[in-house]
Amino acid sequence: MNRREFFKRSLTIAGSLLIARNSNASDQPLSVYSTQNKANKKNWEKFEELKKTNSQIDESYAVLVDITKCIGCRRCEWACNEWNKNPNRPVKEFEASKDEKPSVFDRVRRTHAGEFTVVNRFHSKNKPVYVKKQCMHCAEAACLNACFVDAFKKTPQGAVLYNPSLCVGCRYCMIACPFDIPAYEYYNALTPQITKCTMCFDRVTDGKVPACVESCTSDALIFGKRSEMLKLAYNTINKNPERYINHVYGEHEAGGTNWLYISQIPFEKLGFPELDKTPIPAHSKSFLFTVKVLEVVAAAPLVWGAYYMISKNRSKKEGKKDE
Amino acid sequence: MSNWFNEKILLGMNCREYISKHATLLNFMALIILCFSFYAMAYRLIYGLGPATNLSDTYPWGFWISFDILAGIALAAPGLTVGTVVYLFGAKDYKHFARPAILSSLLGYIFAVFALMFDLGRYYRVFYVIGWSWGLNSILFLIAWHFFLYIIICLIEWFPAFFEWLGIEKAKNFFSKLGIWATVFGVIIAGGHQSALGGLFLVAPTKIHPLWYSALLPLFFLVSALFAGISMVIIESTISHKVFRDQLKTFDRADFDNKTLGLAKALVIILFVYLILKVLDLTHYNNWHYLKSEYGYWYLLEVVGFVLAPALVLINSVKNKKVKLVRFTTFWVVTGVILNRFNVSLIAYNWYIPLQEKYYPTWMEIALSLGVVTLIVLFYRFIVRRMSILS
Ligand code: SF4
Ligand code: SF4
Repeated sequence: MNRREFFKRSLTIAGSLLIARNSNASDQPLSVYSTQNKANKKNWEKFEELKKTNSQIDESYAVLVDITKCIGCRRCEWACNEWNKNPNRPVKEFEASKDEKPSVFDRVRRTHAGEFTVVNRFHSKNKPVYVKKQCMHCAEAACLNACFVDAFKKTPQGAVLYNPSLCVGCRYCMIACPFDIPAYEYYNALTPQITKCTMCFDRVTDGKVPACVESCTSDALIFGKRSEMLKLAYNTINKNPERYINHVYGEHEAGGTNWLYISQIPFEKLGFPELDKTPIPAHSKSFLFTVKVLEVVAAAPLVWGAYYMISKNRSKKEGKKDE
Repeated sequence: MSNWFNEKILLGMNCREYISKHATLLNFMALIILCFSFYAMAYRLIYGLGPATNLSDTYPWGFWISFDILAGIALAAPGLTVGTVVYLFGAKDYKHFARPAILSSLLGYIFAVFALMFDLGRYYRVFYVIGWSWGLNSILFLIAWHFFLYIIICLIEWFPAFFEWLGIEKAKNFFSKLGIWATVFGVIIAGGHQSALGGLFLVAPTKIHPLWYSALLPLFFLVSALFAGISMVIIESTISHKVFRDQLKTFDRADFDNKTLGLAKALVIILFVYLILKVLDLTHYNNWHYLKSEYGYWYLLEVVGFVLAPALVLINSVKNKKVKLVRFTTFWVVTGVILNRFNVSLIAYNWYIPLQEKYYPTWMEIALSLGVVTLIVLFYRFIVRRMSILS
């Protein structure tokens, strides 16, 4: 873009800074243009409100994803967009993508500002395997720990929520999340926010199930208490040991998550990061501790040394005066 | 008033003289860079990060973080190294390296934070982290606070020269006395955040190539900031002794060369400490097999080509008292530190992503950063010409 064009454009948008959009980025998915999604904010407000009522939750919820049952209809994507007021298209178009060529499934997608969840296609022995991706709602969330203004909270219900009214937009939470989930409104110049799945906190606290779970017609998504979902997962695996591998992804990964997956093929082949039991925040905790200790312990001798130097200087000066 | 202005700001010239004296080719080039840079800044502020940069959800941090913050802050470490040596260990011989070192740290930090404002989505909220909402477990929180404190410390260290210039004796003496305390805390604080910059990436164990990911990242950043700091002291003193020769009334060439060799010795020791740590790290994680891959060669280039090789050259040149070679080698070392910061934060980050999907900066990202560097140089020159920094 040359300078004249720049000034021209600056003038045209002078009155409408907030909706400034750029045309030469048309290869980006539509969703990155989405600005000012209200879903995260709405859920946060609900969370604040509920805090006042002080209702007791004895155990968090989880969604169990049975990858073997997913048929790739992408209705969950559609339902998520619908509920969270993200840009959407008719559900037929979502369902059709399975048989289309070229198709959205041709490349592995990740979440974006206007897409809280995506379904990806992998192949195993020439058979397609569909995998839904969204925030895992970690028990010890990396995003939460990374945020330097404390804009995330883990709710007793299990959802990790984001507060747009604190966020400074540093995007460190995106660096930290091992699942590459938080997305950012890059095309908003003034009030960009991070967006991600809220586990439908607003629905769950009203006694409903998340929108994606409700929309799934093939029983691939099941919502319930986390311990019950784990039990169900192992029951399913044990009943059909030849159909499943003996691994519930999310039980221990990165300290455990509130989304759980069971599958017929190893998870690392389905785009899941290989994580051990260590929660991500644990990697930085010992360093923070070291810094605190060093700064407090090392400070004392250094301050003393400084005092010593000063007094030495002073006595020298006084010595000179005396001469 | 206008007299004061001509005297203090325009170096005793009037406006016209001042401008005509500064109409040089170099200044003209600086002006051009600044034009591009300001354009990029305005563009970023009006259209947002999306159009101005190549940042994406996969690469939330790009050139600005790598260059302005990670590399920039490492290169702004002279205040840390020289401040410690001179004021704490009482190496008075190196005293006249101290004031320029502190000034460059001060400018380095202030402009790093200035550049960072363009990277933050909601820059106008940055003070939230100081007084409104604390993410106490975040390493970024630690860094934000340390930056804030360190800038104050550098200001205190610089104030004596500043008030001397303004001719306010009382304030000058007051801050001279505070200086030593500022240095003490400065060393603690600077050490803390240099390592914390490496600590930032501790939370990405699955995303950074195993050759660069290590629990020792903070230590690596700290040690390399030390050798970057010493190298920068040598580079700066070399340049400023050339450029500001007229300001140095008593300049003893032999003595200056000797001091430079003295610094070079310290540099060699720290380089070797770093190398030993690197080897320990490779062995501890048993990463040797990664060396035989493309990333491995790149890693070797960084460690052998930009740490071991300059270290060997330095040993040789200290032995043979080749000061010129020392000065050249410090550039080499500094380039290595910059390369390392880019490697950790960009090249080894998301290393499993195919090359064509990797991030590369837009011209605006580069122009903005170049402009910031230019501003640092201009401010440095402005201050050195007016205040007693070098003498
Ligand atoms: S998956 Fe990522 S965004 Fe979601 S809670 Fe875990 S760390 Fe946070
Ligand atoms: S981008 Fe916002 S939410 Fe994420 S770490 Fe930074 S301040 Fe926190």
